[in-house]
Amino acid sequence: MSVTLTIAGLDCFYGEVQVLHGLELELRKGEVLCLLGRNGAGKTTTLKAIMGLVPARAGSITLGTSELTELPAHEVPRAGIAYVPQGRRLFAELTVAENIEIGLMTRNKGKMVRENVLDLFPVLRERLKQRSGTLSGGEQQMLAMARALCLEPEVLLLDEPTEGLMPSMIAKIRETVTGLRERGVSTILVEQRVDAVLSVADRVAFIENGRNRETVDVTQLRDDPEMVRRYVGVG
Amino acid sequence: MSGDGTTTKVYALHGAVIAVLVALNFVLPEYHHGVLARVLVLAVFAMGYNLLFGYVGLLSLGHAMFFSAGLYGAGLPLYHLGWGVVPAFAGGIGAGFTVSLFIGLLALRTSGVAFMIVTMMFAQVFYLTTLYFGEWTRGDEGLVLQQHTRRIALGSETLDLTNPATRYLMAVALFAATLFATLAIVRSRHGRVLVAIRENEERTKMLGYDTFANKLAAVVTSGVICAAAGAAYALLFGYVGSTFASVQYSILPLLWVLLGGAATTLGPLLGTLFMYYVVDITSGYTSAYMLVVGAMLILLVLWFRKGVLGTVRERWLRWLP
Repeated sequence: MSVTLTIAGLDCFYGEVQVLHGLELELRKGEVLCLLGRNGAGKTTTLKAIMGLVPARAGSITLGTSELTELPAHEVPRAGIAYVPQGRRLFAELTVAENIEIGLMTRNKGKMVRENVLDLFPVLRERLKQRSGTLSGGEQQMLAMARALCLEPEVLLLDEPTEGLMPSMIAKIRETVTGLRERGVSTILVEQRVDAVLSVADRVAFIENGRNRETVDVTQLRDDPEMVRRYVGVG
Repeated sequence: MSGDGTTTKVYALHGAVIAVLVALNFVLPEYHHGVLARVLVLAVFAMGYNLLFGYVGLLSLGHAMFFSAGLYGAGLPLYHLGWGVVPAFAGGIGAGFTVSLFIGLLALRTSGVAFMIVTMMFAQVFYLTTLYFGEWTRGDEGLVLQQHTRRIALGSETLDLTNPATRYLMAVALFAATLFATLAIVRSRHGRVLVAIRENEERTKMLGYDTFANKLAAVVTSGVICAAAGAAYALLFGYVGSTFASVQYSILPLLWVLLGGAATTLGPLLGTLFMYYVVDITSGYTSAYMLVVGAMLILLVLWFRKGVLGTVRERWLRWLP
Protein backbone atom coordinates (compact mmCIF):
# COMPACT_ATOMS: atom_id res chain seq x y z
CA MET A 1 0.00 0.00 0.00
CA SER A 2 1.54 3.35 -1.04
CA VAL A 3 2.20 6.14 1.45
CA THR A 4 0.08 9.30 1.15
CA LEU A 5 1.37 11.46 3.99
CA THR A 6 4.70 11.27 5.76
CA ILE A 7 5.71 13.09 8.93
CA ALA A 8 9.40 12.94 9.76
CA GLY A 9 11.29 14.35 12.75
CA LEU A 10 8.57 16.89 13.52
CA ASP A 11 9.19 19.36 16.38
CA CYS A 12 6.38 21.74 17.38
CA PHE A 13 6.17 24.24 20.22
CA TYR A 14 3.49 26.27 22.00
CA GLY A 15 5.57 29.31 22.93
CA GLU A 16 8.66 27.85 24.55
CA VAL A 17 6.99 24.55 25.49
CA GLN A 18 7.86 21.72 23.13
CA VAL A 19 4.82 19.55 22.39
CA LEU A 20 6.00 17.32 19.54
CA HIS A 21 9.46 15.77 19.80
CA GLY A 22 10.71 14.43 16.49
CA LEU A 23 7.35 12.84 15.63
CA GLU A 24 7.39 10.15 12.95
CA LEU A 25 4.19 9.00 11.22
CA GLU A 26 3.15 7.45 7.93
CA LEU A 27 -0.36 7.44 6.49
CA ARG A 28 -1.01 4.93 3.74
CA LYS A 29 -3.41 5.45 0.88
CA GLY A 30 -6.99 4.54 1.74
CA GLU A 31 -6.36 3.58 5.36
CA VAL A 32 -7.80 4.80 8.65
CA LEU A 33 -4.95 5.55 11.02
CA CYS A 34 -6.00 6.23 14.58
CA LEU A 35 -3.96 8.30 17.03
CA LEU A 36 -4.38 7.07 20.59
CA GLY A 37 -2.85 8.60 23.68
CA ARG A 38 -3.50 10.34 26.98
CA ASN A 39 -4.72 13.96 27.17
CA GLY A 40 -1.86 16.31 26.31
CA ALA A 41 0.09 13.62 24.45
CA GLY A 42 0.15 15.73 21.25
CA LYS A 43 -2.60 14.13 19.13
CA THR A 44 -4.51 17.31 18.31
CA THR A 45 -1.25 19.21 17.91
CA THR A 46 -0.21 16.67 15.28
CA LEU A 47 -3.38 17.41 13.29
CA LYS A 48 -2.91 21.17 13.71
CA ALA A 49 0.71 20.87 12.59
CA ILE A 50 -0.39 19.05 9.44
CA MET A 51 -2.83 21.91 8.75
CA GLY A 52 -0.12 24.51 9.33
CA LEU A 53 -1.93 25.97 12.34
CA VAL A 54 1.01 25.13 14.62
CA PRO A 55 4.31 25.93 12.91
CA ALA A 56 6.96 23.22 12.63
CA ARG A 57 10.36 24.25 14.01
CA ALA A 58 12.02 21.15 12.61
CA GLY A 59 11.10 18.15 10.49
CA SER A 60 8.89 17.69 7.47
CA ILE A 61 5.30 16.86 6.53
CA THR A 62 5.02 15.54 2.99
CA LEU A 63 1.83 14.97 1.01
CA GLY A 64 2.75 13.21 -2.24
CA THR A 65 5.53 15.48 -3.48
CA SER A 66 4.35 18.63 -1.63
CA GLU A 67 6.16 19.81 1.49
CA LEU A 68 3.35 21.12 3.68
CA THR A 69 5.52 22.91 6.26
CA GLU A 70 6.48 25.41 3.55
CA LEU A 71 2.86 26.30 2.74
CA PRO A 72 0.80 28.99 4.48
CA ALA A 73 -2.09 27.48 6.46
CA HIS A 74 -4.78 28.49 3.96
CA GLU A 75 -3.06 26.60 1.13
CA VAL A 76 -2.95 23.24 2.96
CA PRO A 77 -6.66 22.47 2.29
CA ARG A 78 -6.12 23.32 -1.39
CA ALA A 79 -3.34 20.71 -1.43
CA GLY A 80 -5.96 18.09 -0.54
CA ILE A 81 -6.27 17.88 3.24
CA ALA A 82 -9.49 18.54 5.12
CA TYR A 83 -9.74 18.95 8.88
CA VAL A 84 -12.76 18.49 11.14
CA PRO A 85 -11.68 19.95 14.47
CA GLN A 86 -12.86 18.93 17.90
CA GLY A 87 -16.07 20.76 18.83
CA ARG A 88 -17.18 21.06 15.14
CA ARG A 89 -16.66 24.83 14.88
CA LEU A 90 -19.36 25.61 12.37
CA PHE A 91 -20.27 29.08 11.18
CA ALA A 92 -23.20 29.20 13.56
CA GLU A 93 -24.93 32.26 12.04
CA LEU A 94 -24.86 30.77 8.53
CA THR A 95 -27.39 28.26 7.26
CA VAL A 96 -26.55 24.64 6.49
CA ALA A 97 -26.55 25.46 2.75
CA GLU A 98 -24.20 28.41 3.26
CA ASN A 99 -21.80 26.33 5.37
CA ILE A 100 -21.63 23.75 2.60
CA GLU A 101 -21.19 26.43 -0.04
CA ILE A 102 -18.19 27.89 1.82
CA GLY A 103 -16.63 24.42 1.67
CA LEU A 104 -17.39 24.05 -2.04
CA MET A 105 -15.97 27.43 -2.99
CA THR A 106 -12.43 26.66 -1.79
CA ARG A 107 -11.59 24.29 -4.61
CA ASN A 108 -14.31 25.53 -6.97
CA LYS A 109 -16.33 22.33 -6.59
CA GLY A 110 -19.69 22.23 -8.25
CA LYS A 111 -23.20 20.96 -7.80
CA MET A 112 -22.27 17.30 -8.24
CA VAL A 113 -19.94 17.34 -5.24
CA ARG A 114 -22.64 19.09 -3.22
CA GLU A 115 -25.16 16.41 -4.15
CA ASN A 116 -22.70 13.61 -3.34
CA VAL A 117 -22.02 15.10 0.06
CA LEU A 118 -25.72 15.56 0.79
CA ASP A 119 -26.33 11.94 -0.26
CA LEU A 120 -23.89 10.91 2.46
CA PHE A 121 -25.82 12.92 5.05
CA PRO A 122 -29.48 13.00 3.91
CA VAL A 123 -30.62 14.63 7.14
CA LEU A 124 -28.78 17.80 6.10
CA ARG A 125 -30.82 18.01 2.92
CA GLU A 126 -33.91 18.54 5.06
CA ARG A 127 -32.19 21.30 7.03
CA LEU A 128 -30.56 23.36 4.25
CA LYS A 129 -32.22 26.63 5.24
CA GLN A 130 -31.76 26.13 8.98
CA ARG A 131 -29.13 28.15 10.86
CA SER A 132 -26.34 25.70 11.67
CA GLY A 133 -26.07 26.90 15.27
CA THR A 134 -29.54 25.50 15.90
CA LEU A 135 -28.74 21.92 14.76
CA SER A 136 -28.36 19.06 17.21
CA GLY A 137 -24.85 17.92 18.17
CA GLY A 138 -24.95 14.96 15.80
CA GLU A 139 -26.26 17.03 12.91
CA GLN A 140 -23.58 19.63 13.55
CA GLN A 141 -20.93 16.91 13.41
CA MET A 142 -22.37 15.67 10.11
CA LEU A 143 -22.34 19.22 8.73
CA ALA A 144 -18.73 19.71 9.84
CA MET A 145 -17.80 16.50 8.03
CA ALA A 146 -19.91 17.40 4.99
CA ARG A 147 -18.23 20.78 4.73
CA ALA A 148 -14.80 19.16 4.91
CA LEU A 149 -15.75 16.57 2.28
CA CYS A 150 -16.76 19.37 -0.11
CA LEU A 151 -13.02 19.81 -0.62
CA GLU A 152 -12.87 16.24 -2.01
CA PRO A 153 -9.76 15.64 0.10
CA GLU A 154 -7.16 12.93 -0.31
CA VAL A 155 -6.59 13.04 3.42
CA LEU A 156 -9.22 13.66 6.10
CA LEU A 157 -8.26 14.63 9.65
CA LEU A 158 -10.93 13.95 12.28
CA ASP A 159 -10.49 15.11 15.86
CA GLU A 160 -12.75 13.19 18.24
CA PRO A 161 -15.78 13.16 15.92
CA THR A 162 -17.91 11.01 18.21
CA GLU A 163 -17.41 13.09 21.35
CA GLY A 164 -20.70 13.73 23.12
CA LEU A 165 -22.87 12.06 20.46
CA MET A 166 -25.64 9.53 20.94
CA PRO A 167 -25.03 5.94 19.74
CA SER A 168 -27.04 6.22 16.51
CA MET A 169 -25.00 9.25 15.46
CA ILE A 170 -21.75 7.51 16.38
CA ALA A 171 -22.75 4.59 14.15
CA LYS A 172 -23.43 7.01 11.30
CA ILE A 173 -20.02 8.66 11.69
CA ARG A 174 -18.31 5.23 11.69
CA GLU A 175 -20.26 4.21 8.62
CA THR A 176 -19.16 7.40 6.84
CA VAL A 177 -15.48 6.89 7.71
CA THR A 178 -15.66 3.31 6.45
CA GLY A 179 -17.37 4.46 3.24
CA LEU A 180 -14.65 7.06 2.63
CA ARG A 181 -11.96 4.40 3.03
CA GLU A 182 -13.65 2.43 0.27
CA ARG A 183 -13.41 5.51 -1.96
CA GLY A 184 -9.66 5.72 -1.32
CA VAL A 185 -9.69 8.62 1.15
CA SER A 186 -7.02 8.29 3.84
CA THR A 187 -8.08 9.31 7.34
CA ILE A 188 -6.24 10.22 10.51
CA LEU A 189 -8.63 9.82 13.40
CA VAL A 190 -8.05 11.08 16.92
CA GLU A 191 -10.38 9.11 19.15
CA GLN A 192 -10.68 8.42 22.88
CA ARG A 193 -13.20 5.56 22.54
CA VAL A 194 -11.31 2.32 22.14
CA ASP A 195 -14.41 0.52 20.79
CA ALA A 196 -14.68 3.13 18.02
CA VAL A 197 -11.01 2.67 17.21
CA LEU A 198 -11.31 -1.10 17.01
CA SER A 199 -14.33 -0.89 14.73
CA VAL A 200 -12.97 1.50 12.07
CA ALA A 201 -9.18 1.76 12.26
CA ASP A 202 -6.70 -0.16 10.10
CA ARG A 203 -3.70 0.84 12.17
CA VAL A 204 -3.19 2.58 15.49
CA ALA A 205 -0.34 4.94 16.45
CA PHE A 206 0.28 5.39 20.17
CA ILE A 207 1.31 8.97 20.86
CA GLU A 208 3.07 9.68 24.16
CA ASN A 209 4.82 12.92 25.15
CA GLY A 210 4.83 14.13 21.57
CA ARG A 211 6.42 10.98 20.14
CA ASN A 212 4.99 8.06 18.19
CA ARG A 213 5.88 5.17 20.51
CA GLU A 214 4.53 2.40 18.34
CA THR A 215 2.32 1.87 15.29
CA VAL A 216 0.44 -1.43 15.13
CA ASP A 217 -2.25 -3.10 13.02
CA VAL A 218 -5.64 -3.02 14.68
CA THR A 219 -5.74 -6.85 14.68
CA GLN A 220 -2.65 -6.79 16.91
CA LEU A 221 -4.49 -4.46 19.27
CA ARG A 222 -7.52 -6.73 19.44
CA ASP A 223 -5.22 -9.62 20.41
CA ASP A 224 -3.35 -7.59 23.03
CA PRO A 225 -5.67 -5.29 25.05
CA GLU A 226 -2.82 -4.71 27.49
CA MET A 227 -1.22 -2.49 24.87
CA VAL A 228 -4.02 0.08 25.19
CA ARG A 229 -3.75 0.03 28.99
CA ARG A 230 -0.03 0.62 28.76
CA TYR A 231 -0.26 3.79 26.61
CA VAL A 232 -3.68 5.20 27.37
CA GLY A 233 -4.41 3.95 30.85
CA VAL A 234 -7.79 2.42 29.94
CA GLY A 235 -8.81 -0.72 28.17
CA MET B 1 -29.61 33.46 1.29
CA SER B 2 -30.77 31.68 -1.76
CA GLY B 3 -33.78 31.21 -3.95
CA ASP B 4 -35.28 33.43 -6.62
CA GLY B 5 -38.14 34.52 -4.36
CA THR B 6 -35.74 35.86 -1.77
CA THR B 7 -33.64 37.65 -4.36
CA THR B 8 -36.72 39.34 -5.81
CA LYS B 9 -37.90 40.42 -2.35
CA VAL B 10 -34.46 41.80 -1.47
CA TYR B 11 -34.12 43.86 -4.65
CA ALA B 12 -37.74 45.02 -4.47
CA LEU B 13 -37.24 46.27 -0.91
CA HIS B 14 -34.03 48.12 -1.74
CA GLY B 15 -35.53 49.56 -4.91
CA ALA B 16 -38.55 50.75 -2.94
CA VAL B 17 -36.34 52.50 -0.39
CA ILE B 18 -34.55 54.38 -3.18
CA ALA B 19 -37.89 55.24 -4.83
CA VAL B 20 -39.19 56.69 -1.55
CA LEU B 21 -36.02 58.73 -1.11
CA VAL B 22 -36.36 60.15 -4.62
CA ALA B 23 -40.05 60.93 -4.04
CA LEU B 24 -39.21 62.76 -0.81
CA ASN B 25 -37.26 65.27 -2.89
CA PHE B 26 -40.58 66.67 -4.08
CA VAL B 27 -42.50 66.74 -0.81
CA LEU B 28 -40.07 67.49 2.02
CA PRO B 29 -40.01 70.95 3.57
CA GLU B 30 -36.79 72.88 2.94
CA TYR B 31 -35.24 72.22 6.34
CA HIS B 32 -35.80 68.46 6.31
CA HIS B 33 -34.72 68.33 2.68
CA GLY B 34 -31.30 69.64 3.72
CA VAL B 35 -31.12 67.40 6.78
CA LEU B 36 -31.96 64.28 4.80
CA ALA B 37 -29.30 65.05 2.17
CA ARG B 38 -26.75 65.27 4.99
CA VAL B 39 -28.10 62.08 6.61
CA LEU B 40 -27.79 60.18 3.33
CA VAL B 41 -24.13 61.11 2.94
CA LEU B 42 -23.44 60.17 6.57
CA ALA B 43 -25.37 56.92 6.03
CA VAL B 44 -22.91 56.08 3.23
CA PHE B 45 -20.16 56.61 5.80
CA ALA B 46 -22.01 54.23 8.15
CA MET B 47 -22.44 51.67 5.35
CA GLY B 48 -18.68 51.68 4.81
CA TYR B 49 -18.17 51.17 8.52
CA ASN B 50 -20.79 48.43 8.61
CA LEU B 51 -19.00 46.46 5.90
CA LEU B 52 -16.00 46.02 8.17
CA PHE B 53 -17.68 45.93 11.57
CA GLY B 54 -20.91 44.15 10.73
CA TYR B 55 -19.79 41.64 8.13
CA VAL B 56 -16.15 40.97 9.08
CA GLY B 57 -16.46 41.62 12.81
CA LEU B 58 -13.51 44.05 12.91
CA LEU B 59 -14.22 46.86 15.35
CA SER B 60 -12.33 49.93 14.18
CA LEU B 61 -12.07 53.23 16.00
CA GLY B 62 -10.27 54.89 13.14
CA HIS B 63 -12.86 55.35 10.43
CA ALA B 64 -12.90 59.13 10.87
CA MET B 65 -9.52 58.91 9.16
CA PHE B 66 -11.02 57.31 6.04
CA PHE B 67 -13.93 59.77 5.95
CA SER B 68 -11.61 62.74 6.34
CA ALA B 69 -9.12 61.29 3.82
CA GLY B 70 -11.95 61.64 1.30
CA LEU B 71 -12.94 65.03 2.72
CA TYR B 72 -9.43 66.48 2.44
CA GLY B 73 -8.54 64.47 -0.67
CA ALA B 74 -11.38 66.23 -2.48
CA GLY B 75 -11.45 69.55 -0.61
CA LEU B 76 -7.77 70.53 -0.60
CA PRO B 77 -7.09 70.21 -4.34
CA LEU B 78 -10.39 71.94 -5.12
CA TYR B 79 -9.59 74.80 -2.73
CA HIS B 80 -5.87 75.20 -3.30
CA LEU B 81 -5.27 73.83 -6.80
CA GLY B 82 -8.52 74.79 -8.49
CA TRP B 83 -9.47 71.22 -9.43
CA GLY B 84 -12.96 70.60 -10.79
CA VAL B 85 -15.62 68.68 -8.87
CA VAL B 86 -15.15 65.36 -10.69
CA PRO B 87 -11.33 65.18 -10.37
CA ALA B 88 -11.65 66.34 -6.76
CA PHE B 89 -14.12 63.54 -6.02
CA ALA B 90 -11.75 61.04 -7.67
CA GLY B 91 -8.92 62.55 -5.59
CA GLY B 92 -10.92 61.91 -2.42
CA ILE B 93 -11.52 58.30 -3.36
CA GLY B 94 -7.86 57.87 -4.30
CA ALA B 95 -6.81 59.29 -0.93
CA GLY B 96 -9.18 56.89 0.84
CA PHE B 97 -7.85 53.94 -1.12
CA THR B 98 -4.22 54.80 -0.34
CA VAL B 99 -4.79 55.46 3.35
CA SER B 100 -6.95 52.35 3.88
CA LEU B 101 -4.50 50.10 2.05
CA PHE B 102 -1.62 51.40 4.17
CA ILE B 103 -3.58 51.16 7.43
CA GLY B 104 -4.95 47.73 6.51
CA LEU B 105 -1.51 46.28 5.82
CA LEU B 106 -0.30 47.42 9.25
CA ALA B 107 -3.38 47.17 11.47
CA LEU B 108 -4.45 43.70 10.27
CA ARG B 109 -1.36 42.27 11.90
CA THR B 110 -3.42 42.69 15.08
CA SER B 111 -6.93 41.63 16.00
CA GLY B 112 -9.63 42.31 18.60
CA VAL B 113 -8.90 45.08 21.09
CA ALA B 114 -5.43 45.64 19.63
CA PHE B 115 -6.96 46.32 16.20
CA MET B 116 -9.32 48.84 17.76
CA ILE B 117 -6.48 50.65 19.52
CA VAL B 118 -4.13 50.61 16.53
CA THR B 119 -6.79 52.08 14.22
CA MET B 120 -7.63 54.72 16.83
CA MET B 121 -3.94 55.67 17.17
CA PHE B 122 -3.55 56.04 13.40
CA ALA B 123 -6.71 58.14 13.26
CA GLN B 124 -5.39 60.39 16.02
CA VAL B 125 -2.15 60.85 14.08
CA PHE B 126 -4.22 61.77 11.04
CA TYR B 127 -6.30 64.22 13.10
CA LEU B 128 -3.21 65.87 14.58
CA THR B 129 -1.69 66.07 11.10
CA THR B 130 -4.70 68.06 9.88
CA LEU B 131 -4.16 70.46 12.79
CA TYR B 132 -0.39 70.63 12.32
CA PHE B 133 -0.72 71.68 8.69
CA GLY B 134 -3.14 74.43 9.66
CA GLU B 135 -1.70 76.75 7.04
CA TRP B 136 -3.28 74.47 4.41
CA THR B 137 -6.23 73.03 6.30
CA ARG B 138 -7.11 75.86 8.72
CA GLY B 139 -7.52 73.18 11.38
CA ASP B 140 -10.74 73.27 13.38
CA GLU B 141 -11.91 76.38 11.65
CA GLY B 142 -11.76 74.53 8.35
CA LEU B 143 -12.10 75.58 4.74
CA VAL B 144 -15.28 76.76 3.09
CA LEU B 145 -15.45 75.71 -0.55
CA GLN B 146 -16.86 78.58 -2.59
CA GLN B 147 -20.13 78.05 -4.42
CA HIS B 148 -18.66 78.74 -7.85
CA THR B 149 -16.10 75.94 -7.37
CA ARG B 150 -18.83 73.37 -6.75
CA ARG B 151 -20.34 73.28 -10.21
CA ILE B 152 -19.99 70.66 -12.91
CA ALA B 153 -20.09 71.79 -16.53
CA LEU B 154 -22.09 69.39 -18.71
CA GLY B 155 -21.83 70.84 -22.21
CA SER B 156 -24.00 73.94 -22.22
CA GLU B 157 -25.62 72.97 -18.90
CA THR B 158 -24.19 73.36 -15.41
CA LEU B 159 -24.87 71.04 -12.50
CA ASP B 160 -24.84 73.25 -9.44
CA LEU B 161 -24.17 71.22 -6.30
CA THR B 162 -25.22 74.13 -4.12
CA ASN B 163 -28.77 73.90 -5.47
CA PRO B 164 -30.80 72.05 -2.77
CA ALA B 165 -32.58 69.70 -5.21
CA THR B 166 -29.37 68.83 -7.07
CA ARG B 167 -27.53 68.33 -3.82
CA TYR B 168 -30.27 66.06 -2.50
CA LEU B 169 -30.47 63.98 -5.67
CA MET B 170 -26.69 63.63 -5.80
CA ALA B 171 -26.78 62.41 -2.20
CA VAL B 172 -29.50 59.89 -3.14
CA ALA B 173 -27.45 58.77 -6.16
CA LEU B 174 -24.36 58.17 -4.01
CA PHE B 175 -26.47 56.39 -1.40
CA ALA B 176 -28.15 54.18 -4.01
CA ALA B 177 -24.87 53.28 -5.69
CA THR B 178 -23.31 52.37 -2.33
CA LEU B 179 -26.38 50.45 -1.19
CA PHE B 180 -26.46 48.24 -4.28
CA ALA B 181 -22.68 47.85 -4.26
CA THR B 182 -22.84 46.74 -0.62
CA LEU B 183 -25.70 44.38 -1.42
CA ALA B 184 -23.69 42.86 -4.28
CA ILE B 185 -20.64 42.45 -2.07
CA VAL B 186 -22.43 40.78 0.84
CA ARG B 187 -24.27 38.39 -1.49
CA SER B 188 -21.10 37.54 -3.40
CA ARG B 189 -18.64 34.73 -2.72
CA HIS B 190 -16.27 37.27 -1.10
CA GLY B 191 -19.10 38.47 1.15
CA ARG B 192 -19.84 34.97 2.39
CA VAL B 193 -16.17 34.43 3.15
CA LEU B 194 -16.16 37.69 5.15
CA VAL B 195 -19.07 36.44 7.26
CA ALA B 196 -17.26 33.12 7.74
CA ILE B 197 -14.19 35.04 8.97
CA ARG B 198 -16.38 36.92 11.42
CA GLU B 199 -17.84 33.66 12.69
CA ASN B 200 -14.54 31.78 13.00
CA GLU B 201 -11.36 33.00 11.36
CA GLU B 202 -9.23 29.95 12.09
CA ARG B 203 -11.91 27.61 10.67
CA THR B 204 -12.13 29.74 7.53
CA LYS B 205 -8.39 29.46 7.11
CA MET B 206 -8.65 25.69 7.61
CA LEU B 207 -11.12 25.59 4.71
CA GLY B 208 -8.47 27.09 2.44
CA TYR B 209 -9.21 30.82 2.47
CA ASP B 210 -6.52 33.48 2.72
CA THR B 211 -8.18 35.37 5.55
CA PHE B 212 -5.61 38.19 5.58
CA ALA B 213 -6.20 38.97 1.90
CA ASN B 214 -9.98 38.89 2.36
CA LYS B 215 -9.81 41.16 5.41
CA LEU B 216 -7.47 43.56 3.61
CA ALA B 217 -9.90 43.74 0.70
CA ALA B 218 -12.68 44.52 3.18
CA VAL B 219 -10.66 47.27 4.90
CA VAL B 220 -9.89 48.89 1.54
CA THR B 221 -13.50 48.62 0.30
CA SER B 222 -14.75 50.02 3.60
CA GLY B 223 -12.16 52.82 3.47
CA VAL B 224 -13.05 53.73 -0.11
CA ILE B 225 -16.79 53.89 0.69
CA CYS B 226 -16.12 56.11 3.72
CA ALA B 227 -13.80 58.30 1.64
CA ALA B 228 -16.48 58.61 -1.05
CA ALA B 229 -18.84 59.83 1.68
CA GLY B 230 -16.19 62.30 2.92
CA ALA B 231 -15.51 63.61 -0.59
CA ALA B 232 -19.23 63.96 -1.26
CA TYR B 233 -19.68 65.80 2.05
CA ALA B 234 -16.99 68.32 1.09
CA LEU B 235 -18.40 68.88 -2.38
CA LEU B 236 -22.10 68.94 -1.48
CA PHE B 237 -21.93 70.96 1.72
CA GLY B 238 -18.81 72.99 1.00
CA TYR B 239 -17.02 72.52 4.28
CA VAL B 240 -13.75 70.74 5.09
CA GLY B 241 -12.71 70.79 8.75
CA SER B 242 -10.60 68.72 11.11
CA THR B 243 -13.62 68.05 13.38
CA PHE B 244 -14.48 65.26 10.95
CA ALA B 245 -11.12 63.64 11.64
CA SER B 246 -11.63 63.62 15.42
CA VAL B 247 -12.36 60.45 17.40
CA GLN B 248 -16.01 61.49 17.71
CA TYR B 249 -16.46 60.73 14.01
CA SER B 250 -15.00 57.27 14.53
CA ILE B 251 -17.49 56.53 17.30
CA LEU B 252 -20.56 57.95 15.56
CA PRO B 253 -20.68 55.42 12.69
CA LEU B 254 -20.31 52.64 15.26
CA LEU B 255 -23.37 53.97 17.12
CA TRP B 256 -25.37 54.42 13.92
CA VAL B 257 -24.61 50.87 12.85
CA LEU B 258 -25.32 49.36 16.26
CA LEU B 259 -28.61 51.23 16.39
CA GLY B 260 -29.79 50.34 12.89
CA GLY B 261 -28.47 46.79 12.93
CA ALA B 262 -24.95 45.56 12.24
CA ALA B 263 -24.58 43.34 9.18
CA THR B 264 -27.82 44.58 7.65
CA THR B 265 -27.65 46.59 4.43
CA LEU B 266 -30.34 49.10 5.40
CA GLY B 267 -29.49 49.33 9.12
CA PRO B 268 -26.92 52.13 8.68
CA LEU B 269 -29.51 54.40 7.04
CA LEU B 270 -32.03 53.75 9.78
CA GLY B 271 -29.48 54.27 12.57
CA THR B 272 -28.07 57.47 11.09
CA LEU B 273 -31.52 58.91 10.41
CA PHE B 274 -32.82 58.09 13.88
CA MET B 275 -29.75 59.37 15.74
CA TYR B 276 -29.52 62.56 13.67
CA TYR B 277 -33.12 63.49 14.35
CA VAL B 278 -32.98 62.57 18.04
CA VAL B 279 -29.98 64.89 18.49
CA ASP B 280 -31.60 67.54 16.32
CA ILE B 281 -34.88 67.53 18.23
CA THR B 282 -33.58 67.11 21.79
CA SER B 283 -30.88 69.76 21.35
CA GLY B 284 -33.72 72.21 20.69
CA TYR B 285 -35.05 71.63 24.21
CA THR B 286 -31.97 71.08 26.39
CA SER B 287 -28.22 71.52 26.35
CA ALA B 288 -27.96 68.10 28.03
CA TYR B 289 -29.21 66.44 24.87
CA MET B 290 -26.46 63.81 24.89
CA LEU B 291 -27.91 62.53 28.17
CA VAL B 292 -31.24 61.99 26.44
CA VAL B 293 -29.51 60.34 23.49
CA GLY B 294 -27.60 58.06 25.87
CA ALA B 295 -30.77 57.03 27.71
CA MET B 296 -32.55 56.29 24.43
CA LEU B 297 -29.63 54.23 23.21
CA ILE B 298 -29.67 52.16 26.40
CA LEU B 299 -33.39 51.51 25.98
CA LEU B 300 -32.97 50.57 22.35
CA VAL B 301 -30.13 48.21 23.09
CA LEU B 302 -32.25 46.58 25.81
CA TRP B 303 -35.18 46.04 23.44
CA PHE B 304 -33.28 45.56 20.20
CA ARG B 305 -30.04 43.81 21.10
CA LYS B 306 -29.04 43.38 17.47
CA GLY B 307 -30.14 46.84 16.40
CA VAL B 308 -33.53 47.60 14.89
CA LEU B 309 -33.17 45.75 11.59
CA GLY B 310 -30.98 43.02 13.11
CA THR B 311 -33.81 42.23 15.52
CA VAL B 312 -36.44 42.45 12.80
CA ARG B 313 -34.41 39.95 10.76
CA GLU B 314 -33.94 37.62 13.69
CA ARG B 315 -37.61 37.62 14.69
CA TRP B 316 -39.58 38.08 11.52
CA LEU B 317 -37.77 38.61 8.21
CA ARG B 318 -35.05 35.99 7.91
CA TRP B 319 -34.43 36.95 4.28
CA LEU B 320 -33.37 40.49 5.13
CA PRO B 321 -29.74 40.97 3.96
